[in-house]
Amino acid sequence: MKRQLFVLFSLLLAAALVLTACPGAQPAAPAQPAAPQQPAQPAAPAAANPKADAAAAKGLTELANAYKGMYKGTVVTMTGPFTDEDAVRFDNSVKEFEQETGIDIQYTGSKEFEASITVRVQAGDVPDIVDFPQPGLLGTFARQGKVIPAATLVPESWLKQNYLQSWLDMATMPGADGKPAMYGVWHRFNAKSLVWYPKDNFDAAGYKIPTTWDELLALQDEIVADGDTPWCIGIESGAATGWPATDWTEDLMLRTTSVENYDKWVAGELPFSSPEVKRAIETFAKIWNDDRMVYGGRAKIVTTFFGDAPTPMFEDPPKCWLHRQGNFITAFFPQGVQYGKDYGVFYLPPVDPAYGKPFLVAGDIMAAFRDRPEIRAVMQFFSTGEGIKGWLAAGGALGMQKDVDLAWYGSDLERDIAALVNQATAVRFDASDLMPGEVGAGSFWREMTSYFSGAVDLDTALAEIDKSWPR
Amino acid sequence: MTAQAVSRKKHGVSWGQVFVNVTLILLVLIWTIPTIGLLISSFRTRFDIQTSGWWTVFPHRDWVTVEEFQPGPEVDRDGVMNLAGAQGTFEEFRAGITLPDGRRVLWIGNKRIGRVAVQERQWVMNTNFTLENYQEVLGGKTFEVKQPDGSTITVQGSDFSSAFINSLIVTLPATVIPILIAAFAAYGFAWMKFPGRRLLFTMVVALLVVPLQIALVPILKDYVRLNLNGTFLGIWLAHTGFGLPLATYLLFNYISSLPRDILESAFIDGASHFTIFTRLILPLSVPALASFAIFQFLWVWNDYLVALIFIGASPDSQVLTQRIAEMVGSRGNDWHLLTAGAFVSMLLPLIVFFSLQRFFVRGLLAGSVKG
Amino acid sequence: MDEFTETTVQRHAPIEAREVKPRGPLDWMATNLGRILIALFVPIVTFLVLYWGFQFLRASQAPKGVIAIVAIVWGVGGVALLYVVANWLVEQLGDAWRSRLQPFVFVGPAIAILFWYLAFPTVRTFYLSLLDRNAQNFVGLANYQAVFTDRNMFIAFRNNVLLWIPFGALFTVVFGLLVAVLADRSRYERLAKSLIFMPMAISMVGAGVIWNMIYAVNPNIGMLNAIYTSLTGNQPVAWKAASEIAPWNNLFLIVVMIWLQTGFAMTIFSAAIKGIPTELMEAGRVDGANEVQIFFRIMLPYIRGTVITVTTTVIIFTLKIFDVVQVMTGGQFGTQVIATQFYRELFTNQNSGYGSAIAIVLLIAVLPVMVYNLKQFSEREAF
Repeated sequence: MKRQLFVLFSLLLAAALVLTACPGAQPAAPAQPAAPQQPAQPAAPAAANPKADAAAAKGLTELANAYKGMYKGTVVTMTGPFTDEDAVRFDNSVKEFEQETGIDIQYTGSKEFEASITVRVQAGDVPDIVDFPQPGLLGTFARQGKVIPAATLVPESWLKQNYLQSWLDMATMPGADGKPAMYGVWHRFNAKSLVWYPKDNFDAAGYKIPTTWDELLALQDEIVADGDTPWCIGIESGAATGWPATDWTEDLMLRTTSVENYDKWVAGELPFSSPEVKRAIETFAKIWNDDRMVYGGRAKIVTTFFGDAPTPMFEDPPKCWLHRQGNFITAFFPQGVQYGKDYGVFYLPPVDPAYGKPFLVAGDIMAAFRDRPEIRAVMQFFSTGEGIKGWLAAGGALGMQKDVDLAWYGSDLERDIAALVNQATAVRFDASDLMPGEVGAGSFWREMTSYFSGAVDLDTALAEIDKSWPR
Repeated sequence: MTAQAVSRKKHGVSWGQVFVNVTLILLVLIWTIPTIGLLISSFRTRFDIQTSGWWTVFPHRDWVTVEEFQPGPEVDRDGVMNLAGAQGTFEEFRAGITLPDGRRVLWIGNKRIGRVAVQERQWVMNTNFTLENYQEVLGGKTFEVKQPDGSTITVQGSDFSSAFINSLIVTLPATVIPILIAAFAAYGFAWMKFPGRRLLFTMVVALLVVPLQIALVPILKDYVRLNLNGTFLGIWLAHTGFGLPLATYLLFNYISSLPRDILESAFIDGASHFTIFTRLILPLSVPALASFAIFQFLWVWNDYLVALIFIGASPDSQVLTQRIAEMVGSRGNDWHLLTAGAFVSMLLPLIVFFSLQRFFVRGLLAGSVKG
Repeated sequence: MDEFTETTVQRHAPIEAREVKPRGPLDWMATNLGRILIALFVPIVTFLVLYWGFQFLRASQAPKGVIAIVAIVWGVGGVALLYVVANWLVEQLGDAWRSRLQPFVFVGPAIAILFWYLAFPTVRTFYLSLLDRNAQNFVGLANYQAVFTDRNMFIAFRNNVLLWIPFGALFTVVFGLLVAVLADRSRYERLAKSLIFMPMAISMVGAGVIWNMIYAVNPNIGMLNAIYTSLTGNQPVAWKAASEIAPWNNLFLIVVMIWLQTGFAMTIFSAAIKGIPTELMEAGRVDGANEVQIFFRIMLPYIRGTVITVTTTVIIFTLKIFDVVQVMTGGQFGTQVIATQFYRELFTNQNSGYGSAIAIVLLIAVLPVMVYNLKQFSEREAF
């Protein structure tokens, strides 16, 4: 008996030994390029450093000092929700900065970001800088007084100079004392008011890109008359099922009412059951609830994974012709499809010319939980176009900093999208990301899903959302 | 016992054997189908997984296009059309018109850029298999990153060996330590008298239901204070703490059901509790220890959240589950890699199960019946 | 019965004989002058060794394989060593103190860890449940009032108590027992058990991928709909999401849980069945009982304790069920359960007061199971 027990333990140990003996077990390949880089040259005299001078001219003292090599050997830890390819691109985009300043930026991304950052902030184990994909979550920590106000880290005058006011407004939230202040620096964004289409087939069929809502409706009817379904729509996304429906709602809100009403709606002053919100939803629900308009019919909308939704567009010939989604959706397109040939993109047309050409966006905001000179330098770096330049070249991000040059974009697609955003008359952030979690990441998704799955009618769904708003 | 009784018994056994095996095979089959589906999917490309069922890799009857042509502009798409020997409207052709010889004529696409296919029912197999999913999971992804100056550099994502070792370092002690502690406690609850015994046992059962998420913040706080954060000891203890209620409860069930007279006679012979425990109870509890070892091993091996909180997600300390979760991409765009990832990560638990299965043996208690 | 007792004594006599020798040196030491010195010295050395190991592990730049082995030996060996040393210390004391303290050597470490890792956090959670969403102001029982009036929580309770426990727990236990009993009589025992066990080894995300494929609406991908549409000719059904079959769409998630957890029940039942003395069953057969009677009259009573344990454990699993729901539907389409609501409040909604209250309610929900177990426990006699 004792022998068997012994065998049990030695078995486990033996497994470990065998694995250790594997060549793969040697710590030879730490593949992430995160190793601290020594600066290429010793700290040069301050005078001969153009980057330091440029930063100093903008009033970015710590950034200038960093370029002079004053923070060499320091470490700034970061965390955020992006991993995998995006993490590689981020590492790549700060590589040059790390080499020139000697500051080591250690980024670790994680899935389950919400849970892990909540636990770590509350337990006092938070990294220096955190990348938040939603200002809402940041707002919670700002209210608890855990976040350093952005103006302490980056001169406010520079922020005002380098960002549109609407971005600064979106970074402003109440702190522990209840007074509103900016609590983060915007780093990158993605554009949402976009419609994707299978370009070569679209052209071959002789369809025209619509520039007004009526033209869009006419195009739909044309496609239906030709025997196809115009739209590919899918809103399934596991725990987040329903969010694409909230994006449509926001896009139509911006197109059927004023931005002032949109802002009121975000703030909870304009209820969901108001005629404005209802009209916005009904405008696109006319499309969604029509089995002739949606590939697979209305029933499939709530059960199609949002990433799989555009796939039928790339079959030959296409099974659907239009797909409204943010620019990240290209990551889900079948391998090998090319922009300009297999697919194209246009701006979701305005409904009422009175409301101009608004653009719906979402983005990542950097917030600091500690205040050290090198952290200031990194935050100041992120507030400049230089801070996003490497990522723009690699693709997968758009920069909202005013000193971003369109030529920096590594792909035609993103350059074209950035140009579309530049033409916008107003930019508004994804409302569901700004609303309290109960609504923006809860009842709004849930009730839209219930409505489009046919479980409840629109009035009931909207009333439920209003009820869940925390007062 | 008469000969009649013996023959009846034999008869019953053979029929029983058939019944046992048939039921078992049926159950096993139902249980295995999803796993087989996952296994097959892990060898298919993302596009194939999205567009056709995994069972199409088996021979089945399906329509196969034998002839295809582009209908000319002279064909009136809004009226009745004559195509490939069939006659009908656009809608009828889209649904497929069956010819007298069993073939069907199908319009693919819309009126503007459609084409007409003549199809035949044939036996087909979808055998477009790939090893790419496994290559990416085992060897790491390759990223091509374009630089501001227009050049492209290639970054090789970390392969899975380091995550595998990390998982092992975390899992082995996090399996053995709670079993050891729980076995002592289970023996204490089962066979020792001490004040507060009932109350403490109630607590063990009650704590079974506590969701571990509530413990993350206070424990991490303590770890930061004790400088235990990010250490292996920290995560072993965490898994020990979270696994202990169930371990104690299950082992208590087993150890308390051991025949009382075995212990009694050992006491009469002058053995101490410690001796009885190490020399008698532990060896007799091998099946229970082994079965709990399997579960604890699995839970820790497949854990994501506890590892994320207590040892972080940096590339050189991350465990296998984190590695695989990361592979699906920032937006879950590479979810098809989970199929291969699931099999890679399930290999070791299965080996553990197979090797520990031999401890589920009959007859450890042979010769001693509850009396 | 006499016969059995006799065998027992015979079987274990050698153990006792071996035991006498190691006690010799201890006794000798106990009478020696160095006794006190050693009693101090041993724990100090133990502590130093363990501490040194910890420091080595933290600071070491050694290859990962070396660290792995040192870590495993240090961790597992360290714990074993602590028990041996603690027990040794207690055994140095007089009989009265020894019998008083020894139980705590056995259960003490477990209790200490349970307090640290679960009991104190539970108390803290209770405290938080009386505060508001930012844990700043005292709000009394308002969160509990909210828990019991929230429509979503009502659905979650219904799903947990009326669907998951009756269907999920029942079928898991029944299938687990069935497979364990059948496999025990089959030549293919190992294979069958391994295949039933396999789902347990699949990570939840992997299981989510395959079950989402099985339930997919598109009959080209979804196996269930492929079968359903070809058999009935009906339109495909959104099994997880369809509002027309609510609340029975929960059953499709419960199937996933049964598929995953039957291996758990089977393994424990199997171990218990192996412990049934063959003599007992042979005796039953000789008396002319058929296999069904043997199962109900001999096996089931014999493994009664195990049945209670497994049922308790599986009921608690189903009460705590989280990952299946989170991965399959995220708690949408009326499939939310207590644990997904808890997770959502705590992390997504950042409402620590409300989330904590849900966790405490979960604890109260398990009271009946606890009381039953305690009754079983009280009937025990110890030494």
